[in-house]
Amino acid sequence: MYKFLLANRYLRTRYIALASIISVTLGVATMIVVNSVMSGFSSQMKDRIHAILSDVMIETTSTDGTDDPRALMATVEELAGGYIEAMTPSVEIYGMISFDWAGQTVYRPVTLIGIDPQGKNQVSPFAGHMLSRTELDENGQTQRDMNDPLDWELTDEAKKVREEWVEWEQFKEQYDYQYSETSSPKTPIAQGSNVQRTVVIESTEFPVHDDPFQTVSGTEQNEIPKFDTVQSNTVAPVSTQPAMPQFEDPFANQGPVKKHDPTDPLFGRVYLGAGLVSFPYKDKATGKTHIMYMVKPGQDVNLTTIKAGKPEPANFKATVTDVFKSGMSEYDSNLVYCNLEQLQLARGMLFSPDPARPEENLDWKNGSVTSLQIKLKNYNDAGEVVRQLRSGLEPGTYQVRTWEEKQGPLLEAVAMESAILNVLLFLIIAVAGFGILAIFYMIVVEKTRDIGILKALGASSRGVMVIFLSYGLALGVVGSSVGVVLGLLFVRYINEIEKLLSLMTGRKVFDEAIYYFREIPTIVHPSTVIWVALGSIIIAVLASVMPARRAASLHPVQALRYE
Amino acid sequence: MSQPSTIPMNTPIHLCAKALDKAYQKGEHKIPVLRGVDVKIERGEFLSIVGQSGSGKSTLMHLLGLLDDPDVGEVWLDGNRIDNLPATTRDKLHNHVFGFVFQFYHLLPELTLLENVLSPLMIRHSAWDYWKRRSEFREMAKEITKQVGLDHRLKHKPSELSGGEMQRAAIARALIGNPSVLLADEPTGNLDSQSGGEIMTLLHKLNEESKLTIIMVTHDDNIAQQAQRIVRLSEGRIQALNEAA
Repeated sequence: MYKFLLANRYLRTRYIALASIISVTLGVATMIVVNSVMSGFSSQMKDRIHAILSDVMIETTSTDGTDDPRALMATVEELAGGYIEAMTPSVEIYGMISFDWAGQTVYRPVTLIGIDPQGKNQVSPFAGHMLSRTELDENGQTQRDMNDPLDWELTDEAKKVREEWVEWEQFKEQYDYQYSETSSPKTPIAQGSNVQRTVVIESTEFPVHDDPFQTVSGTEQNEIPKFDTVQSNTVAPVSTQPAMPQFEDPFANQGPVKKHDPTDPLFGRVYLGAGLVSFPYKDKATGKTHIMYMVKPGQDVNLTTIKAGKPEPANFKATVTDVFKSGMSEYDSNLVYCNLEQLQLARGMLFSPDPARPEENLDWKNGSVTSLQIKLKNYNDAGEVVRQLRSGLEPGTYQVRTWEEKQGPLLEAVAMESAILNVLLFLIIAVAGFGILAIFYMIVVEKTRDIGILKALGASSRGVMVIFLSYGLALGVVGSSVGVVLGLLFVRYINEIEKLLSLMTGRKVFDEAIYYFREIPTIVHPSTVIWVALGSIIIAVLASVMPARRAASLHPVQALRYE
Repeated sequence: MSQPSTIPMNTPIHLCAKALDKAYQKGEHKIPVLRGVDVKIERGEFLSIVGQSGSGKSTLMHLLGLLDDPDVGEVWLDGNRIDNLPATTRDKLHNHVFGFVFQFYHLLPELTLLENVLSPLMIRHSAWDYWKRRSEFREMAKEITKQVGLDHRLKHKPSELSGGEMQRAAIARALIGNPSVLLADEPTGNLDSQSGGEIMTLLHKLNEESKLTIIMVTHDDNIAQQAQRIVRLSEGRIQALNEAA
């Protein structure tokens, strides 16, 4: 009884010891805040990566892909069908995007991914990152509902943009034609094909240069049918097989040839990563940062990649359907999603059943694909699925990975960062432990005579030791519980604190334009809080062991004589 | 130095010291404090040990109360040798048999007077037992503080008490465990003559009414004279044993 009474009294009367645990408190609070924010960030990051990548991916080693996706899917179904909820094929290939901006052509290296929207909807929650579903207009409305599945339809807004853009392009084209008539002879521009010829027009003050790409792109649209026909002849050995089933397509010869309207979107449709076509722009007048989009949905862009099977370029145009912002800059500044058939067509992986109407009645199943994206019923089975697929598929031809394996280095780096930070922060608490040790030692010296009295009254050495150990325990408990409360409050109000700091310093502490977050994400794991609190309590108790042992070993007579 | 191994059980001797030697190590030198001291104290006796400072009187008291170990010699209590007991048993003896009163009162400054008085009982009982019987113990403490005339200051901290009050509180603390021997080291040494007188009256009353064995160490002959018997120590030896007047 006296042990706890005394420990309690010491706790309430020795404020110097309370000062020594402030560092425990701060250390605990910091650890909770840092861990919460880091796990918030990393879980957001994982969500974002996972939105782009499916649970498991089967990729062909060759960029030419496999020419029989049906067989591959059948094999996968056979190997691990029980675990699989959905799968969708895709073609993934590096390439280049180009578009016109401010009188110049902008080129960017990209990864082109051909997808089937219906299938993509099933394997990863990607639609939620489309700007048409997330960006609010002036009425506070999004253009499309958040839960709308992916498709290649243009929104009304995009259609409007397209009409204005086509009109503007035609006007500029004519202006350019009139202007350039005097300087350099050019091919007369036909309505409908002039849409892409935008580069030169904006720089009206300068003489017109002939852009090699422009020539290609300007003529390409007219030539696509011819181009493809030629291709299917030249790549005959490869193409005859997959082209065969196309003639069985019941819709192959249906539908009249549509008259081309320049405001109609092209057959090729793309979703662009926001980072590819936007940049933050600081308004000097208001000091606010805006995002400037160089290309808007409804406009057309040029894409270049390579053909399958031979080192030749493949070009095509596509209408931008939407812009996505996954929040992973690595993806947002690199990925272009394209309709699967268009990419297959452009790369010579799929051949049109009807050369006169190359863009109709296409089915990706008749062409080649380079990867299969799989969604599992339960992600915990991923290891088992990967094992079964690896053993069942040809090892040199296919690579099977989970999304975590594909992003392994990044995720490991984040985990490592968090581990190192935790070690460093825990050192703060360890330093606090030495502070407690020193102050406890002083308190034991100060209390020497009282220890002598207690022993004269019959207290055992163990009892005296328990006094100081429970004092240390009490300090640790008080320090870490105050720290836990502080830390949790900080995490709870972190965005308010950020706003206050921004207000005080006059500049944004947490710029959403940089971090891609509207708010600072936090996740409090109760287990982390418990571990941090327990760890610091243990440190406080350990720090009091030495002084407590010293107190216990004091000789009563010497202690009583101590002045 | 002959050391009889047993003492007959029917002897009135309550506490006895046999051929106690004690030296303190100071640096390289060994300073002898006690050199072969024999004392026998009867049950209910009021004995005072006098001597100049450094004569070893406090050391003798510490040895008798088992606060320290003799280099040579034995301490016996009620016919049992107690100086060679293990630590846990000694702790029990401190708590049950001996009551200590010190010159500088040695109350615990963090605790109130009542808590100080109760502290031997807190030490004796486990937290659970103490909690169950706390009201009984509080009544005991109030009874004893009333005896020493301090029942109106129970909630006060030692720093709020006068020297005489603190010493009376210390005596109350020594008594609450119902000891058979009270060891007082200069109980009046730090008090004015009036307070000292009150303390001596209290000790006499306890000795007479409760038949408590009291061993008092003092350098003051006037105070020592009030005891039944005086042991005079000089240079670590007993000089004379004489009955008080």
